[in-house]
Amino acid sequence: MARKTTSTGVDRRKFLAGAAVAGAASAIPGVKSARAQAAGDTAAFVKRPSSAAAEAEMAGNVPPSPGTLGGPAGSDFMVDVLKSVDIDFVFSNPASSCRGIHESIVNYGGNKKPEFITCMHEESAVAMTHGYFKVAGKPAAALCHGTVGLQHAAMAVYNAWCDRAASFIMVGNRMDANTRQPGVPTIHAVQDPGSLIRDFTKWDDNPQSLQHFAESAVRAYKIAMTPPHEPVLLAVEEKLQEDAIEKGPRPLVIPKLNMVSPPAGDPNAVREAAKLLAMADNPVIVADRVGRTPAGVKHLIELAEALNAPVVDQLGRMNMPNNHHLCVIGGGNLIGQSDCVLGLELTDFWGTVNAMDDSATADYRTKLKPGTKLISIGVGDLYIRANYQDFERYQPVDISIGADAEATLPMLTEYVKQAIPADRRAMIAARGDKAKKGQAAARERTLKAAADNAWDASPISSARFSAEIWNQIKNENWALVSRDSSPSNWPHRLWTFDQHHQFIGGPGGAGIGYGLPAAVGASFAHRSIDSSRICINIQNDGDSMYAPGALWTASHHKIPMLTIMWNNRAYHQEIMHLQRMANWRQRDVTTAHIGTTIWDPYVQYEKLAEALGQVGIGPITDPKDLGAAVKRGLEAVKMGEPVLINVVTQPR
Amino acid sequence: MRKSITSAALVIAASLFGASSAFAAQAAPPGDAAKGKANFERVGCYQCHGHQGQGGREGPRIADPVPLAWPALQAWVRTTSGDMPPYTPKVLSDQELIDIYAYLQSVPKAPDFKNIPLLSGMQSTAANTR
Repeated sequence: MARKTTSTGVDRRKFLAGAAVAGAASAIPGVKSARAQAAGDTAAFVKRPSSAAAEAEMAGNVPPSPGTLGGPAGSDFMVDVLKSVDIDFVFSNPASSCRGIHESIVNYGGNKKPEFITCMHEESAVAMTHGYFKVAGKPAAALCHGTVGLQHAAMAVYNAWCDRAASFIMVGNRMDANTRQPGVPTIHAVQDPGSLIRDFTKWDDNPQSLQHFAESAVRAYKIAMTPPHEPVLLAVEEKLQEDAIEKGPRPLVIPKLNMVSPPAGDPNAVREAAKLLAMADNPVIVADRVGRTPAGVKHLIELAEALNAPVVDQLGRMNMPNNHHLCVIGGGNLIGQSDCVLGLELTDFWGTVNAMDDSATADYRTKLKPGTKLISIGVGDLYIRANYQDFERYQPVDISIGADAEATLPMLTEYVKQAIPADRRAMIAARGDKAKKGQAAARERTLKAAADNAWDASPISSARFSAEIWNQIKNENWALVSRDSSPSNWPHRLWTFDQHHQFIGGPGGAGIGYGLPAAVGASFAHRSIDSSRICINIQNDGDSMYAPGALWTASHHKIPMLTIMWNNRAYHQEIMHLQRMANWRQRDVTTAHIGTTIWDPYVQYEKLAEALGQVGIGPITDPKDLGAAVKRGLEAVKMGEPVLINVVTQPR
Repeated sequence: MRKSITSAALVIAASLFGASSAFAAQAAPPGDAAKGKANFERVGCYQCHGHQGQGGREGPRIADPVPLAWPALQAWVRTTSGDMPPYTPKVLSDQELIDIYAYLQSVPKAPDFKNIPLLSGMQSTAANTR
């Protein structure tokens, strides 16, 4: 993703490389930032007008009024810590257990970097950080109420975990029963706040002093941002938030943040992998989450072109431009023809090289021909937990390199070039020529398939849906902030994705309710990076009803996002599952709509959007009307309005 | 939270359909296309294959042309044991299946993409699907 120099003057690249120290100084007397501490320069403190009275209070010149705090609040310091690690947004549903830090964000921090973003569900708040990370390349914070708020958030945390997305989650809690209000505040307190989501967070802590908070917050950020990127959790003790900062023997210090270099593969193992690839007659590269930055895309192209090997894109991230002659969407047949498969950051290597029927006998078979060599490069082997099964089925491979693929690819490409014998270079070049020549024919087949895909039908077909949208956005500065699997990946088959920011992959954990809030979070990041980008959200209807309040968040915070509803009026996959059961059992197959469809009444999404502050358009049922509707929606988005177009569609 | 319907076996089904296309012209018993369309919806064929049999992520294209001759289609629907679940006579009668076959044969031919400006203008942009 493109980076901006932050308003604090710290360039993100240098910041992430550890070349810049934690940036934000504290307005609180007696608090040192790492920058000031390192330089021994007490003059580095920034004086804010609002701190003058507090400073006087700290000096003992003015006794605190009854019922007021006798000095700066602990949560003011917490806000300084968040500023120091460059957290721009705190996505949150307001909560009593977080009231101290909430007030500090909006008053002490001026509600800027971080800005408090009002969410209508904790699951949405975390999903917004998920989408945000995949565009911004850095975490945002989610602030959750103790116990019940984190329980709401749990599914979104799991999605982020499975999708290798960093999220800086905070949860309010008060440990001390003696100072805790009885009733609800005690019901909402917990001994071990992190236990609820510990199976799918990379690290958590429950700091019991402000200095502890500072160190754990910086550590949490660092851990979250070390591949594999994952969510982290920090309990935000209520007493620490709400009480005045206690004078201690040492000043509070915000530690310097420096980032961990992503682990690259062992050179010997990488050299062996290069030899296998160089000597293969039909090498195939399979990519899932390679493109964590634009550099990943560049490195993958370089490797593919060195081998002239097809890249089967599993669309976990923007991995490869889909108009490159070596990029293949789908590509299951290529696996079976290959003699060497390189899997890069695969979620499911077993599922990539095997096929399993969803049948009564659950049969499966390998796609591989005998003797095919398998190479894996990814961080999945470096970090694994026992309980949740997101690590998928075990797949034996010939070479397993536990490393970050993006960091390893330049070395692998260099070794591949060295390993290709002179007598194989012509054959490899011919492989590339063949792929280039085949591209035009493949394009014709795709376009014919689009025309064959019920082009004029109502409800609107997936190909027509995608083509009409593309016709309106192709000359715009656009980014897709959703996946496109429900319309059968027709956007990836018809549109041109050639820039890293144009695609962010899917939910990771397949937890429904991700789509809408993640799109909003991604749109926050796009707006920060390039306010001219138009964010397109292809939104599943069922997913949208889990937490439609995310639409209000977009309206309230002026996020100009174009949501185009893929409204097949069902939890469609579940219809198929239910019917499959009836078929297997030879019972009534006409009842599969019960409990799976969203009929009677149809949801009027355009009116729902209007109620939540958006421009609502539709329902669009005739494909001839879709182009004009999208055009109208784009015009409104350009005027700064969030828009929802309700499009009634074929099932897939 | 949700188990994905996969299409591996349907790829095989699609291959079989394609391989048998030469026999598609074999005569089928007379059927009622209107009733067949209703059956196609009622028993859920559209869920994987689309309302016009155009195909989708989970199911191959099965209309325009119908890729199987009647005997082969009937045998496939009754006995498939892969990702496509079997429709035995207990849940779909022979006449209902005959009507569905008639409906699939009645689906109008798709337009040539070269005559659709929206698509013909896309030949310079490219995504490979294999």
